[in-house]
Amino acid sequence: MDTQTLITLLYVLILATFVGFELITKVPPTLHTPLMSGSNAISGITIVGAILATGPEPGNFAISKILGIAALLFATINVVGGYAVTDRMLQMFKKKKK
Amino acid sequence: MTNRELIIALGYLVASVLFILGIKLLGKPSTARRGNLYSAVGMLIAVGVTLMHQNILSWTEIFATILVGSAIGLIAAKRVEMTQMPEMVALFNGFGGAASMFVATSEQWHVAIEQGGSPELITAITTVISIIIGAITLTGSLIAYGKLSGKVSGKAIVFSGQHLLNLVLALAMVGAAVWSIQAPANVVPLLLMLGIALLLGVLTVIPIGGADMPVVVSLLNSYSGIAACATGFVLNNQVLIIAGALVGASGLILTQIMCKAMNRSLVNVLLGGFGQTGGSGSGAGSSDMVVKEVHPEEAAMLFDGASSVIIVPGYGMAVAQAQHVVRELMELLEKRGIDVKFAIHPVAGRMPGHMNVLLAEANVPYDKLVEMEQINDEFANTDVVLVIGANDVVNPAALKDPNSPIYGMPILNAYQAKTVIVCKRSMNPGYAGIENELFGYPNTLMMFGDAKKTITEVVNELKENA
Repeated sequence: MDTQTLITLLYVLILATFVGFELITKVPPTLHTPLMSGSNAISGITIVGAILATGPEPGNFAISKILGIAALLFATINVVGGYAVTDRMLQMFKKKKK
Repeated sequence: MTNRELIIALGYLVASVLFILGIKLLGKPSTARRGNLYSAVGMLIAVGVTLMHQNILSWTEIFATILVGSAIGLIAAKRVEMTQMPEMVALFNGFGGAASMFVATSEQWHVAIEQGGSPELITAITTVISIIIGAITLTGSLIAYGKLSGKVSGKAIVFSGQHLLNLVLALAMVGAAVWSIQAPANVVPLLLMLGIALLLGVLTVIPIGGADMPVVVSLLNSYSGIAACATGFVLNNQVLIIAGALVGASGLILTQIMCKAMNRSLVNVLLGGFGQTGGSGSGAGSSDMVVKEVHPEEAAMLFDGASSVIIVPGYGMAVAQAQHVVRELMELLEKRGIDVKFAIHPVAGRMPGHMNVLLAEANVPYDKLVEMEQINDEFANTDVVLVIGANDVVNPAALKDPNSPIYGMPILNAYQAKTVIVCKRSMNPGYAGIENELFGYPNTLMMFGDAKKTITEVVNELKENA
C-alpha cells in the first residue's frame, strides 16, 4: 500500500466516523438494543475479507484457507443471526393503537 | 480497471450507502425495521460482488460454510428469548471479532509464510492491529456472554496485582507485535501476540461486575467495528472501513451514554471491582432501617385509589420474566381511567435499551416508555410508583449522601411520589452493595416475593374488584 492510498483510506475512515456520530446520536434510547444488534450485524462486513481469504485454489487446504473458512463461518453467523434477531426485535415495537 | 473490478467497486459503494441509510432509518421506531432491511440488502450486495472477484474459485468451500453459518445464525436468532438478548448480542459480537482476527491472520499467513513475500509496512502494522483487536473482542465478548447468561459468575473477579499483570501482558503483546511486523514470516511472534491478546480479552472483562455489563457490551461492540475497520486497511477495502467506522462510532456513543448514566468514567468501569471494596462506606447499617411491608391485596387497593401510576422496571423484571403480567396490570389500570407510564433509566437492565425490548415483546406501546430526563419532574405529582426489580437507579443516596459510592449518579426521582411500592425478592442490597435509603422512607412500601407472582396476585385482585 502506498502513502497515497493510505491517506485516501484515512479520509474515508474519518468522514465515515463523523457520519456515524451524527446519525447515531439521533437514535432514541428505546432503540438502543436493536441499534446495537443491528450495528453488530454490520460489523460482520468482515465476511467480505473472509470470502477473499477462502476463495483461491479450490481443494487445496492451506492454513491460510482454513483460517479463511473459520473467519467465513463466524462472519456468516454474525451477519445472518444479527440481522434476523434485529428484525425479530423491531417487529415487536408498536405504537399505541388508536 | 476492468469491467469486473468496476462492478465490484460500485457494488461496495452501493452497500456503503445502504449501511448509512439503514442506520439513519434506525433513528425512528416507525422506520427502524426498514432500516435494518436496507442494511441487510447492503450486506447481500457486498457479498454478491465479492463472489465476482477473479480469485474466487473455491465455490464448494464458500457455499458450504455460508450455508452452515446461516443455519446456525438463523436458528440462534429464532430460538433466543427476549430476556436473553444481551448475551446473544455479546456472543454475535465475539464472532465478529473472531472473523476479523481470522481474516487478518489468514492474510499474513498467506502473504508472508505461504508465498514468502514481505508485506509492506503499513499493511503489516494494520494486520497486527486487526488481529489484536479481533482477538480481544472475541474472548472479551465470550466472558461477557458467560457472565450475562450466568455460565460464569457475574461477580467482579479481582485479585491483587491484576492491573500490573494486565500491563505486563499488554507490553509483552506490543513487543510481540513489533517483532511480528519485522519478521512477518516467523510464526512465533504471530502466535505469541495472538495468544496474549486472547488472554487479555479474558483478563480485562473478568473484573467487571454484572450491572456494569451495559458499558462493556457497548464497548466491545465498538471494538468489533474498529477490528472490521483495521481489516479494511489490511485489504485496502473501503466498504469495510465505512461499515467498521459506523459500528465503532455507534459503540462509542452508547458506551459514553452508559457511563454518564452511572456518573462514572470509562476507566473506572474498566478497572472493575465496583462496590466490592467501598460497599461499607455508607453509614446506615442494615439493622436500623425500618421498612413497611405491603401485601398484594393492599397494593391493589392503593392502585385502585390512584389516578396516576409510574412503573419503574429494572433487571429484576427481566429475571422474573414479569413483563407480560406488568402489561396486564397496565391495561387493567388504564381501563379504570388511571394514567400509566413507564420510567426507563438508561442503565436499567444489562444492555442499553434492554427494558424497552422486553416491554415491546409484552406489547407495551413504545410511547408509554419515558426517558429519565422527561419523566423526573412528574414523580412529585404521581400517586403510586411501582418499582420492579430496580434498586440503585432509584436510591436517593445518589442525590443526598456524598459518602455513598453512587453519589452523583442520576436517578429516577421515585421517592417524590405519594406512595412507592417496591417489588423485591428480599432486603439484599443492589449491585453496588449499598443500602437503599428509599426502602426506609415513610412513603415506601415493600412487596416482597417473586415479582411475577406478586404482580399476578395484584392483577387478580384488581380483576375481582372490577
